[in-house]
Order: sequence, then structure tokens, then C-alpha cells
Amino acid sequence: MSAMSASVRPTTAEPTDDESASESAQALRPHAEQAFAAELASLAAQDDRPRPARWKLSPWAVATYLLGGTLPDGTVITPKYVGPRRIVEVAVTTLATDRALLLLGVPGTAKTWVSEHLAAAVSGDSTLLVQGTAGTPEEAIRYGWNYARLLAHGPSRDALVPSPVMRAMAEGMTARVEELTRIPADVQDTLITILSEKTLPIPELGQEVQAVRGFNLIATANDRDRGVNDLSSALRRRFNTVVLPLPESADAEVDIVTRRVEQIGRSLDLPAAPDGIEEIRRVVTVFRELRDGITADGRTKLKSPSGTLSTAEAISVVTNGLALSAHFGDGVLRPGDVAAGILGAVVRDPAADRVVWQEYLETVVREREGWTDFYRACREVSA
Amino acid sequence: MTDDDSRWPKAHGSGPLLLGVRHHGPGSARAVRTALDAARPAAVLIEGPPEADALIPLAADPDLRPPVALLAHAVDEPGRSAFWPFAEFSPEWVAIRWALAHGVPAHFIDLPAAHTLAWEEKKEKEKDQDQGDADDGRGSGEQVRIDPLAALAEAAGHDDPERWWEDVVEHRGPGERDPFAPFAALEEAMGALRERYGVGGHSRDLVREAHMRLRLRAARKESGDEVAVVCGAWHVPALREKTTVTADRSLLKGLPKVKADLTWVPWTHRRLARSSGYGAGIDSPGWYGHLFHAPDRPVERWLTKVARLLREEDRIVSSAHVIEAVRLAETLAALRGRPLPGLGETTDAVRAVMGEGSDVPLALVHDRLVVGDVLGEVPESAPAVPLQRDLARQQRSLRLKPEALERELELDLRGDTDAGRSRLLHRLRLLGVGWGEPARSRGSTGTFRETWRLRWEPELSVRVAEAGVWGTTVLGAAQARAEADATAAGTLADVTALAEQCLLAGLPDALPVVMRVLADRAALDADVGHLAQALPALVRSLRYGDVRGTDTGALAGVAAGLAERIFVGLPPACTALDTDAAAEMRAHVDAVHTAVGLLTETLAAAGAGGSAGSGADEHAGAGAGESAGETGGPGTGAGAGERAGVGGPAGPGAGADQGVGVDARGGGGAGVVGAGDPGADAGARAGVGAGGVGLVRAGRGDLRDRWRAVLRTLSSRDSVPGVLRGRAVRLLLDNGELGSDEAARLMGLALSPGTPPADAAAWIEGFVGGGGGLLLVHDERLLALVDSWLTGVSADAFTDVLPLLRRTFAAYEPGVRRTLGELVRRGPGDRSAGRAAPGAMTPGFAAEPDTERADAVLPVLRLLLGLTDPTDRDRTDRDRTERDTADHDTADHDTADRDPTDHDTADHETAERKAVRGETAQQETAPRSSAERAPVRRGPTECEPPARGISGTGTPEAGIPGMGKAETRTAEPGTAERAGCQAAGPGTSGCDRTGPGTSGCDTRGCGAAEDSSLAGVGV
Repeated sequence: MSAMSASVRPTTAEPTDDESASESAQALRPHAEQAFAAELASLAAQDDRPRPARWKLSPWAVATYLLGGTLPDGTVITPKYVGPRRIVEVAVTTLATDRALLLLGVPGTAKTWVSEHLAAAVSGDSTLLVQGTAGTPEEAIRYGWNYARLLAHGPSRDALVPSPVMRAMAEGMTARVEELTRIPADVQDTLITILSEKTLPIPELGQEVQAVRGFNLIATANDRDRGVNDLSSALRRRFNTVVLPLPESADAEVDIVTRRVEQIGRSLDLPAAPDGIEEIRRVVTVFRELRDGITADGRTKLKSPSGTLSTAEAISVVTNGLALSAHFGDGVLRPGDVAAGILGAVVRDPAADRVVWQEYLETVVREREGWTDFYRACREVSA
Repeated sequence: MTDDDSRWPKAHGSGPLLLGVRHHGPGSARAVRTALDAARPAAVLIEGPPEADALIPLAADPDLRPPVALLAHAVDEPGRSAFWPFAEFSPEWVAIRWALAHGVPAHFIDLPAAHTLAWEEKKEKEKDQDQGDADDGRGSGEQVRIDPLAALAEAAGHDDPERWWEDVVEHRGPGERDPFAPFAALEEAMGALRERYGVGGHSRDLVREAHMRLRLRAARKESGDEVAVVCGAWHVPALREKTTVTADRSLLKGLPKVKADLTWVPWTHRRLARSSGYGAGIDSPGWYGHLFHAPDRPVERWLTKVARLLREEDRIVSSAHVIEAVRLAETLAALRGRPLPGLGETTDAVRAVMGEGSDVPLALVHDRLVVGDVLGEVPESAPAVPLQRDLARQQRSLRLKPEALERELELDLRGDTDAGRSRLLHRLRLLGVGWGEPARSRGSTGTFRETWRLRWEPELSVRVAEAGVWGTTVLGAAQARAEADATAAGTLADVTALAEQCLLAGLPDALPVVMRVLADRAALDADVGHLAQALPALVRSLRYGDVRGTDTGALAGVAAGLAERIFVGLPPACTALDTDAAAEMRAHVDAVHTAVGLLTETLAAAGAGGSAGSGADEHAGAGAGESAGETGGPGTGAGAGERAGVGGPAGPGAGADQGVGVDARGGGGAGVVGAGDPGADAGARAGVGAGGVGLVRAGRGDLRDRWRAVLRTLSSRDSVPGVLRGRAVRLLLDNGELGSDEAARLMGLALSPGTPPADAAAWIEGFVGGGGGLLLVHDERLLALVDSWLTGVSADAFTDVLPLLRRTFAAYEPGVRRTLGELVRRGPGDRSAGRAAPGAMTPGFAAEPDTERADAVLPVLRLLLGLTDPTDRDRTDRDRTERDTADHDTADHDTADRDPTDHDTADHETAERKAVRGETAQQETAPRSSAERAPVRRGPTECEPPARGISGTGTPEAGIPGMGKAETRTAEPGTAERAGCQAAGPGTSGCDRTGPGTSGCDTRGCGAAEDSSLAGVGV
């Protein structure tokens, strides 16, 4: 058990009921396998399809877990990922074919979210995680040493501190690497042996760790800043790539935002706003229109700001607005509550984006029926 | 093969072999081939129009390569047509080829196209959404219709009927044990469906099936029971049904009928996706073709193909990729519960493994492989395509014979026939049939005259045949082509050019698409060069559309928007340019300048048109004092040349020619000249009086003023290359925005010693380049500036600037060059020298007017005009003495009191200034005129045809309006680009004046120089 998971786990009894009230009271954000333990359990119970070695569920059940559905016994599986079915199917299949999976997408397209839930559903554990940063060392991917032990007893397996990847290999689990492209190129390439030979040599001991069946790796990378540390083609070749798109339709996006806002709001104990859907729709519309560079009716072309305006940002804008209205307003999500958030999300570059925003405000928002309050609120915060 | 008894499927008893298929299903095709091979029928019947029976033998021709289509069209109306496409993997095609290879008769048994086409007509009339012959209901709007596949798929628990069908039928590999089993199963299924749903809303199927049964009976009589029928699976139960001949006949009775012609036409994989005829509507013909042709392991082969394609496009794809892609595709198929990876699975695999998650390579794969660029071929022996017929018909009705000999054709677009010819030629050009190439007509573009160079090459027939895929009539095909081109156009200028072509070719229906693309492109294109390239064509279209009465409102909006964006973007885009870029930009500036002039005119015309209802009233806007007017209609007789003729009907367009703008200097004067036919006169005046005028003026002035501001910015910004600065100053000068003093000052600045000589030379090129020589000839101060600068340039620098200067001055006409040379020799600006030595003067450049020579002409003129008015002459003489030399000493009798330096720079672009001068002159002479002739209605008309000088004063007595007392003299050829044509007189009823200001009527640019001079002199 790694130190990290050890610090969390003891405090949380295995959640058995759907609510898992005790848990949410303790952890700010429970792991996927904890939050959806009940769903996973009933899926496992009713899954009669063949499961690949060490998989907790069959690929079909994993797909169902992510996309949602109703089980034969009536258990409703909530959709974790709202988007094309094809993407989830390709992702699950990739994991089943022992190829590593690379989830690409602009920020806020649920890459991490999908990877966490995939790991939770496949291996029942989403915590074997390497967070990629510019400073991620090789040890984070291969192994480190417990130096006290090393000095005292010399090199041995006991003195070795395995990385999450190494543990996943040994136990036949799913490892996750977040923000793969942020990791320096030479460190990235340590993954090549792991992915092609499925083995991790430990030259210091003259040993190696061979991956057990069931091992696989999910990496996520942001394709907006691809240039950071582009993957070598050798490494890239080891991955099947799935690009997570931005939500296709406005309704789908509203759905995602509402769902997530509700979940977050619950975990933050924010009072539910009764009329939020109107504002959520508005936020999503603004984001979509600016992102796509065209109004929803397809009539007017717009300039796009430099920010990504992802769904995740829309979620945070709405959550923010909810918090504002709950604590400082009348508890109802009003245009004023989201205006500042939207402004912050849209105007990333103070010069260029502000022009874009002003143009949008004056040419689109002002003209739109029923958006007068919103327009006023935006004018107020923009001024 | 086994013996006869076991060969013929027992399951069907002794009846005909009914092979129900899905049109264009590769699995069906394979199954049909196997079944035919096994059964070896004595005749093959195929669902299709029986008129095409005669065309079946052509399928054996090696030159007939699928995809091809049977095209049926109504003889009288080629636009009404239906297609039955065949791909290589179409079961019907397989059946045809099988029959031909085995020497077995093949027949089409569906309802004759004569009826189908007649139905189409009825359908159109009824505005029925029914799609006529879409077999299995896909693409049909009728609600009661059912999709048999969807019903079956639903029964099998699949939500996607296409996928279900592919899984159970098309992807079934070869090697079925019983070749007839699938057909039997399908027939059973369809039978159940038909029982449950009846005809399922396909009401016409009953009739079609009745016909099929009749044909089947006939074939059985002929060839016995061993007849195979290949038809849509849906029809199989109906063909099996026992009915009486009379019942079937009665169903067929009284069907509408048209005379139909059929032929093979080449088809493409892309067009297979269009649903028509067999209800093709398949979106992956390439994939189907692959499935049909691949002997085994279709997925591996397909992915290898994809890998090869991507490699060709320089994408690194190794065999390892292919292996992984195959694995992924197969696992995906397993996860999705499909027997074999389909197109969806392979596409997903390609995306995830080979394409790194990107859709870009996928688009390529889709384009090249999934759809594929397969073009069918049709042998020459196939009957002609309807487009060819339609063309022939139009050629007949327009009396325009295709001739191999090249000849020129002059078209007068005012005539219906000529306009039709022009449209036809333009449409053919759009279609890539280069029968006629537009030649330079004598008038400028956008007038009512067009010149074409016609030559019919034999290969044009092939082009026509190729263009047949776009449609069956020239109009329809050109429209489809224009729309497709607009969507595929690369640059903004392409789209605007296309918009222009659409207008020229009379394709109003294609215009909305083009406009949409245009608006999108224009909104997103940031390159000023592109925008500037696009604007002129757009403005021309706008103007042309106006002439033709096309609704160009949207076009105007786009054009104005484009102009605005150019204004904003031009100054920054003009900095830091090298020589070539600067030269290019200079062309852009010129083009935009012209375009802005036309645009303001056109917009104003459009705006004012509503208020006064006459084309002439556009001149209202000009009344702001710049006094631009046009003499139109018979008022000026032929004097106004072609312009006069067009004055009435084509008022706006003709007016737009002028390029004369509004200047604030005109002030409240609001002298307005309305011009047009006498009949339009009142309308013109109404336009002047109407309140709308102010609005119009504002609109025009707005755009134009901003353009001037842009030019000013350009002219004064040091970072702008010299050539552009010089050009900007020149344009401003020509527009009257800059006084010549100011221009001289700017020139002095640009040529001051501190300026690098190369830059200064570039400035000169910009300023006087391109026909600006006359400016130097007439404004000696400018010439003196150039002269002194040139003499001050150091020897080294002189060598550097010499090529540039040479280029500038070499472009002048010989006469101008000589004059300049003589002026320089004399010493520019050295008037005293000129006076002292008149003998050395260039003719026409005397310091004083040569009154004797001028007078010498007068008697003749008087004789011609029947005038006896010496007082007039006296006055004129007096006036004249106040003037400086004139380039060709035209008797500009009506002008007076000019600034010596400001006079007679009779250059093309300086008309506005002249107009202003004309105004002063007019005021001056008005008393005399009123004394002489009753109501004063005069407006000097200045026009600049090359090399002639005319001055005409209209006289009422003469009764021929526009004819005037005129003096002409032929100037040195080339010395003058200009001929002043001044006509004034009450008789010029086309010219009307209101308000305190008077107006100059400008008819320059009419391209009818000779005409007007003749009119002035000889009439």
C-alpha cells in the first residue's frame, strides 16, 4: 500500500450503500470506485460475460458502467461519460487488447475523469496514478529506493520503493499517467520498455518485474499544448489514441454541466438552486458560441477567445455562481452570479479577449430576447 | 455442376428463381453471382426500366466501366430525368454481366421509365413528397411508409437497420454451402413483412410489381421456368404472388406517360451516395467495392490499403500499426457483437492506432477509400446525354452554331437573344466547356456589350458529356457546378469571381450558396490582399446585378463590409513591404480605389432607386457639388455615345461608371443634374427633391470619405513604401481631395534631398506612373519638382534610380514622352522662355491661346450650326485670353477664369476637378447664355475619349439636342488622352439643373470616343 492511499483508506469504511454518507463527510473527493461502489458491485454481480484476466468486469460491463444503462435487475447505472458511445467502446477495447490507451483532448473534456472511471471499473482501483509534471522523475515511473534501508542492508527488493506503474505490473492492474506530455521526454521514454516488453528491469538487483496479465496503462494528454514534450514516435506507437471531443450538442453539454454541478454542489453542501437550469443553459450557450465561433442559430460568425472554454470551465462557472447565490444572494442562480465567472473564463488575454467579449456582448447578447438581465449583469462586471 | 434437377433449387419448386437483393449490396452481389452460377437460368430478369433492354449489350463493351448509370429523361424536357446507377458491386450489374458472359438474354422488367418520369411530373405538380421509385423507403418523407429493413432489424433487436443488414447479409463471407438459402430466408422474412404491413406505404410498388409480373410471365413463356429474377428483396413476395393477367393489366391501365430516352452515363462513386433510381444512398461505395473484390480477409486487406494510403501521404504507418489496428477492429467488433468488423470498427481502429486520434487522416481515408474517386466510363456508342441535347436545343433556339472555325461574336445584352447567348456561354464556361472565351470588348466590363471568341473543338463534346454528371440541362448543371465550386473554392477572390460568374450566367438560384460561402470567407479572411482582390469582382457583380435587376442586396452588404475591412486593414498592411510586395499592393490600392468609386455609386443608386423610381436620380447624390452628371437618353444624341443609349434602362449601371464622388467642398450648393431620357426627367427631378437624397449622399460620402482618409494616412506615413505613398497622393489629387498646391508640397517632401533616391523614384513611379504623364505635361510645377530633384541626384544614386525612372517614363505614350522631353528641354516652368520663342513651342502649348487659329475654325462651325453670333465669340475670346495654354487648344469657350496652374489637366482621373471648374465656368457664362437662349439649362459635359477634343454647345434652333457649336482639332496622336466634350444647351433635355450650383455632366469612360467626337462635330 502506498503512503498516499494508506492515508485515505483507513478512514473510509468500504461504502456499501449508494449514499455513502460517511465517506463524503470525510473525503473531499472520494475515488470513483468508492463513490460508485454500489454500481460496480451490482454490475459485477450480474456480469456473465467473459472477463479478461484480472478484470473486475467484462468489457461490456465496463462500457455500461461508463455510458450508463439499466441492469437486468433494475439497477440504474448512471452515465459517467456523456458523449459518443464509440469513444468508450474503443477505449475499453484498447484496454482489453493490452495496448496502452492515450486519452487526448483539450482541457476540460473529461480525460482524467474517464481514465479514473476506466481504471476503477477494470481493476477496481483508480489510485495507481503518476501525475505528470515538468519535474516528474524516472523514479515515479520505475522505482525509487528507501535509502535508509539501502544503506543498512544493501540493495534488495525490500529497499525498493515501487512506483504505481510497477505495482500495477506486478498485480495486473491498470496504471494511470496523467498529463503525459508534461513529463520530460527522457522520462517518458522509460514507458517504452514497459509497454512493448511488458517488463521493468531492475539492473541493480539483476532482476525484473514482468507485467502480469491484466496490466495496462491509461495516459492522458492535453492536445492544446502538445508542444510541451511531444511523445516520441516510438512511444506514440505503443498507444491507441482516443480523442475526447467537446460535447456535440448544447443539450448534451447542459446535461453534463447540470449533472456535475449537482454532484459537486452536493459534496460541497451547497443548497440546490431551484431555477438553475436557465442559467446553466445560458452559460453553456455562451461557451459554445464563443468556442465554435458561430452563434447557435448559425447566423453570425464570432471571434473566438484564446481560452478553451471547456465544459469543465462551464461547470466551475456554474458552481461558482451557485456558491455566490447561496452565500451572498437569494439562493437562486441569477445572471449576476454567473456573469463574473464567465468574464473570467472568457477573458484570458486582457487585450484581445476583451475585444472579443465586448463584441459578443454587444452584437449577440444584447439582441437576444430574454437575455437583458444577463446583458446588464455582464456590462456591469465588464465595465 | 450437378445435373439439371438438383441445379434448379428445389425449394422454389418449378417457379422462377427469385433473387431478392439489396441494391448495391456487395454481399447480395456475391450471393447473386453464386446463385446464378449454380442455377444457370435460361434468362435473367432485372429490376430496371425495360426501355433500357437495348442498352444491355453495351455492358459487354470493355469501354463501359462501372460505376455507370442508366439515365432516363423526358425527350421534351431533359431536366426531368431519373437515374439507375450501377456499381461493380451492384447485384443488378453482376446479373447483367453474368447474362452477357453466358449468352443468356437479360431484360429489365420494372415499370417503363416513360411512366416513372410522367409520375415525377405529376408528383411535382402535387407537391407530393413521395419519392416515386425509392425502393426500400429510405429517404422518403411519407410517414406511412415503412422501412422493411428497419422493421426486420428491430425484430432482431438491432437499432441500426443498416448495420444489421450488413451483419446478416453483406458481410457474409463467400463459401455458403447452399447458394439459395439466403434468398429463401430473405424471401420468407420479406413475405412476413408484406403480410404484416402490406405495401407499407409504397403505393406505387403495386403497379410496378404488376408490371414485373407481366414481364416475368412473358419471359417464362419464352424461356420456360428457368428464369432468374434479380430485384429488390421487398418485391420478391409480390412476384411470387399468383395473380391474373387481367388484374395486373388493369393496374397498369391509364398510367401517365411521357416520351423517354435512355442512355448510359458515367457515374462516380461520389454520386452513388445520391439517392435516386435504385435508392442508392450508400455512403461507402469504396468500402463496398472492397468487400466485393477482396477474396478473403477483408479487414486485413482494407487496413493494409489504408496504411498504404497514409504512407503515400507521408504519414509514418508501419506494419505494426496495421497489426494493432486489425486487433483493435476485431475486438471492437466482438464488443459490439458483430460477426465481422465493419466500416465503423475499422474506422475507429484507424483513428485510434494509425491516426493518433485525429480525424484528419480519417477524412483522407474517407475521401479516397471509403468513397473513392472511381469514375465510370461509357463507350462512345452510347446514346448522347441529355445535357448535350439541351445544349443542342439552346444552340438552335439562340441560333448559335458550333463551328470549328474561330470567330468573334459581339453581343448586345439589351437584346433577348444576345442576352440568352451570353448566359449560355457563361454557363458553359462555368461547366468547363470552353466554347467561347470572353474577349476584350470595346466597352468596359459591365456595360451591355460583350465580345466572345467562339470556337468549337471536338473534345468539347467530351466535356459536355463529363459535365453531364452535374445535371441534365445547361442551367441545372451550371447551377450545381457553381454551388459545388463555391464550397470548394480556395480563396476569397475565387468566391467573388464565382459570384460574378453566377450573375453573368444568370444563375440566381446558385447565388445564395455562393453568397453564404462568400460571407463566411470574407468574415474570416484577414489578408488585406485577398480582400482587396475580392472587392473589384464583387463590386462588378453588384453593378452588373443592378443592371440585370437581380436582387443583390446581400451582395451589397458583403461588399460594403469588405470595403470597411479593407479600410481598416490597409494602412497596417502597407508598411514594411519590399518592392514586389509594394507593387502588388499598389495594384490592390488602385483596384480598391476604383471599386470604392463604383460601390458608392451602386449603393447610392440602390438607395435612391426606391424614392424616385428612375435610374437617373442617382445623380442626386452627386449634387453635393462635385457636379457629376450624365447626359443620357436622346437628349445628347449620339454625343454621349453608348452611354446615352443605355441611359434609360440601365441607368444605375451606367451611372456607376462615372466614379465621381461627393466632396464636402460642394457644400450646400447641391447642384444636381438629372439625366436620362426626357421621360425620366421628371423622375430625376423627383429624386432630387426627395428627402431620400440626403441619406443617399450620406451613405456614399461615408464610404468614400473613409477611403480618402485611408489614402491620406497612406500618403503621409513614412513607413509606407514610396510607390504607395505616391499613388495615394495621386489618387487624392485626382479626386480633388488634395489641391495641386498640396500635392506639390507632398511631392517636394518626398523628393527632398534627405529622402533616399530609390524611395523618391518609387514615389514618382507611384505618383505619375501608369498614364500619369499628362499630369506632368500639364502641371509644370510638378514637372519642375521632378526635374530639379533628378538633377540633384548624385551620380551614384542616379544609376540606382535610373531603372525605376525608366520604367515609369517608358510606360508613357510616345507623344507624352516627346512633349515631356520638349518641355524639359525648354526648361519646365520657364514660361518667359516659352513666350519668347513661340516657334519652339510644342503645338498646343502656347503661353497664350492662338486666337487666330481658333477663330479659323469658327466660320465652318457657324456654317454647320447655322449660327450668327459674333458677340458670343467675342466673349469667348476674352475669356480665352485669360487662360493659359491648353494641351490641344480646344475651344473651351464656356470655361473661364482658371488658375493657370490648375487648368486643363485633362487626365482621366481629374474629371472631378474639372467638373468643379466647369461649375465656375458655368456660373460665369450663365448670364450670357440666358441672354442668348431662353431657359438656361446647361451643363458642360466633359468626356475624355482619347485623342480628340470636342466642344459642343447644344442649340435649340438646331433641334438636335446635343449637337453643338463645336470646335475640334485633331491633336497630336497620343498627345492628349483627353478630349474635352462640352455640350451645353437648353436642348439637352436630359440635363436638368436645380439649385444654385451647376453641374458638369460627365460622360467619360464611355469608351466611345470616336462616337462622341463624331456627334460633336458632324451631326
